[in-house]
This record gives sequence, structure tokens and C-alpha cells, in this order.
Amino acid sequence: MIRLTDVGKEYPRSGVALANVSFQVRKGEFVFLTGPSGSGKSTILRLLYMDDNPTAGEVWINGVSSKTATRSEITRLRRRIGIVFQDFRLLEDRSAEANIRFALEVTGAQKATIRSKVTRVLTHVGLASKATNFPRELSGGEQQRVAIARALVNDPFVLIADEPTGNLDERATRGVFQLLRDINASGTAVIMATHDLDLVRRSNYRTIELNHGRVVFDSAESPASARPMDEPLEIPDTPTSSADAI
Amino acid sequence: MRSAHEALTASRRAPLLSALGVITIAFSLFAFGLFGLVAINIRKALEQVEERVEVRAFLSDSADIEGVAAAMKDVGEFPEVQRVDYVTKEAALERARKEMGEFADVFEAGVLPASIEVHLRPGMRSPATVKSVADRIKTYSFVDDVRYGEEWVEKLYRLRNISTVAGLTLGVAFAAVAVIIIGATIRMTVLARAKEISIMRLVGATDMFIRMPFLIDGLVKGVLGGLLALLLVWITNRIVNEYFMETIFFDREMMFVGVIGGAMMGVLGSLVSVGRHLRRV
Repeated sequence: MIRLTDVGKEYPRSGVALANVSFQVRKGEFVFLTGPSGSGKSTILRLLYMDDNPTAGEVWINGVSSKTATRSEITRLRRRIGIVFQDFRLLEDRSAEANIRFALEVTGAQKATIRSKVTRVLTHVGLASKATNFPRELSGGEQQRVAIARALVNDPFVLIADEPTGNLDERATRGVFQLLRDINASGTAVIMATHDLDLVRRSNYRTIELNHGRVVFDSAESPASARPMDEPLEIPDTPTSSADAI
Repeated sequence: MRSAHEALTASRRAPLLSALGVITIAFSLFAFGLFGLVAINIRKALEQVEERVEVRAFLSDSADIEGVAAAMKDVGEFPEVQRVDYVTKEAALERARKEMGEFADVFEAGVLPASIEVHLRPGMRSPATVKSVADRIKTYSFVDDVRYGEEWVEKLYRLRNISTVAGLTLGVAFAAVAVIIIGATIRMTVLARAKEISIMRLVGATDMFIRMPFLIDGLVKGVLGGLLALLLVWITNRIVNEYFMETIFFDREMMFVGVIGGAMMGVLGSLVSVGRHLRRV
């Protein structure tokens, strides 16, 4: 479903952001992308929703290749991907309901189906009673739920979440994470970039760890016991020595 | 339908920016319109002077009336000629006395010769054409002399050419300034909605879907700006007419073209601004 093969990304000013990144994500899988700031998590996510192109290697997602994707293919692909950001990216001048409706309208959805779909996802994220509230009238956790509802409304095959709990307190974090688990349980793959090691430790999902733009650990390729959950996830600078340690 | 609704909603959400957009478009078109008004009035004034370009053939006393009538018919059929008038000796004297005022008594009956006055068609009043008509008229045996104010016609023609070139250059410059200002105004609208556009792209909106509301917005602002500019030019024209001098105003076709021009500038400005933005998101 999703495959990255020897993906590299280099920016003219800041240099290498990713180098030789390869992994696959299967249908319905939940994957954490972890690593320190600047390790390349967000870059990988941007490559997944084709907001940027790799400078080396290839990204395949749902049959679309980064090497050949046209603008209209990317547009169609994004209708099948849900994207959630740390800063929610809601339109401040519209209600929760209108923010979600917007994502359906851009796909040319029938008016008759829009209302029922919006109500369904708002109920799913537990915000049916706040449909008419504007983002400023909602808490951070609630705003992120609206963003998740917007990402879900087109029934995506994968939900890409870039630090979705980064701006939330612990309670809201738990709620949003549980929502992502529920979404995954209903069959949607979730790829979540996070700093929050507690979340990673508390769950048994696959973890891909990045450092300096390289994959330094992938739990799918190592036995689960190889990294005890109480061991810090900080990785030494040299990837090879870290691999040896694992 | 959705795009129109979206454009209207966007304007309602940012009324100040929309009003500013319309006013900016109106003022840049107002400047262009004022220039246009000056240009058509200069042209009109030149045309009025040009209407006086004529070839006058003075006839010898021995000219027989039938020969002159036949020649007048011939000349009247020249493609350049609009009208041929016969001026008798008496009429020439009458006219000269009227023009000379207090020196009217200088002229005695029979001093001035009879003549034929050849009026040329509009667009056929260049020095070369006038000279060619005069040369042909000269060939008639009963024509003593032909006058057409050679130097004056040449000066007038040069003035007309200068005013045409200056008019076109200034017109293009004014239009370019209007397009740039309108483009910048619409760019402000695009930037104000940059977040919305990036979210649209992320949730899978097509470029056309994103572009349409901006095109409609540009069209509406262009039309409103054009109408407002027309009103301002009309008021200015009224004031000039009232206090300074008599001027002509645009005819209905010109007004229509002006407003359509505003609309086109609005649409083009939107197309360019949104297009540039979309290439980056």
C-alpha cells in the first residue's frame, strides 16, 4: 500500500533531510514515526501526501509513484488520504461542521450526502453537540477532533498525523490517541509522527525511529523484545553503532 | 453556482478587503478613463479642424458653365471626394466681406473669381491625398489656380500623428498600470486566503475548484470597479462641461467596452495571481 525505496531528500540550503529511507506500510497498520526534532519525520509525511518530491529513490502510495505522479493524480490521491497536523489547520471563520463540509465539497460530493456524512464523523469524534461552534470556541483537543473528523470524512485508507498531540495536554492527548486507535481498529491505516515516547511505549504498534534523516530502528524488522520499553529511545549519532546495540 | 456562492461568502467575510479591491480597480480604471476622455476630445477637436481641409479651385472668367458642371460631376466621383460646391463670384465676395469685417469695403464686385470647393472624405485628408486631388483638378483648362493650404495640412497631419502615437503609448502605459494594480489587489485577496487554499489542496481540491471563486470574485470586482470608474469619469466630465469647456463623453459602445475591459482585467488579474500561488502549493 505504501512503500518507500531508498528515499533521499536534500534541500538546497539545509542539506540532507532524508537518506536511504526504505520501509513499507501494510493496509490497516498503525505506525509510529519517532525521532528527535529535525530527524525527518515531517519530511517523510510530506513525501507521503506528495506535497514534496524525493530527490532520490521512490515513494509509492496506493499505486501512485512519486516519479510519475501528475498533479491530478496527486489531487485524487489526497482525497483518499486523511491528513492531521499539530496546529489543526482549521479555517477560523467557519464552524466545526463547515470545516468538515468543506473537505467534502472540494471533492464534488452530492449535497444530499454531505449532511449525513458530516453528522456521522462528528458523532464518531464525539463532537456532535458542538457542530456549530467555531474553532476559537473549542478546546485544543476538540479542535484536533474536528481536524480528525475532516480527515476521516472522505473514508481514507490511511490517516497521516504529524504530531497530532503536540499541542495538547495529557488528557486531550489520551482522548485523541484513543480516537486514532479506534479509527485504526476500523481498518484505516494510521501513520503518526510523534515526540511523545509515553504514547509509543504504552501501545504495541510498529515504531520506526529516525535520526539525522535515516531509519535507525524499525520494530517490524527487530524482535519486540529487542528494545525494552523502559529503555530510552535516544539514539547515538552513528546509526551503525545503534543498530549493533539493537 | 458553488463557486459564485463561495466568492460571495469570501467577500462577506472580508468586506473591507473587497471594498478596497473594488475602489483600487475603480481608481486605476478612472485614471485610464480620464485619459480616454481627453484622448477622444483631442481627436474630436482635430476632426473638427480636419473637416475644414478642402481644395479650392479658382476658375477663369472664360470658363463655360456646362464645362464646369461636367468637371464638378467628375471630381465628385473621385473616391477621396465627399462633396463639391460651386461658389459664384457674388458668393465669394459676400463671404470675403463677412470675413474681413471692417475692411469689407476693400472688395469690389467682380474682383474675386468663381471657384469650386472640394470637400474630402474623413480619412482622406492626408497631405499626399490632398495634393493628388489638387493636381488632378489643376488639369482642367478652366482652372486658374488651386489652393489647399499645403503647409497647414502638413502641420495638422503631423499633429494628428503625434497625438495618435502619444495617445496609444499613454493608453498602453495607463492600461498596464491598471492591470498591475488590479493584479496586486487580487493578489492581496489570494494571500488573505492562502491558508484556505493550502487546506483545499490538502483535502484534494482540483486547481479549477480553487480558481473558480477567485475568477468570479475578480469578474465581479472588475465590473463594479469599471462601473464606479465610469461614474467618476462622468462626474468629472460634467464638472468640466459646467465650469471649463464643452467636451464630449464616451458613447454607449465605449462605455460597454470600458466595463467589459474592467471585468477582463479582474479575471486576468485573478487568473495570474491564483495561478502563481497554486504553482507553489
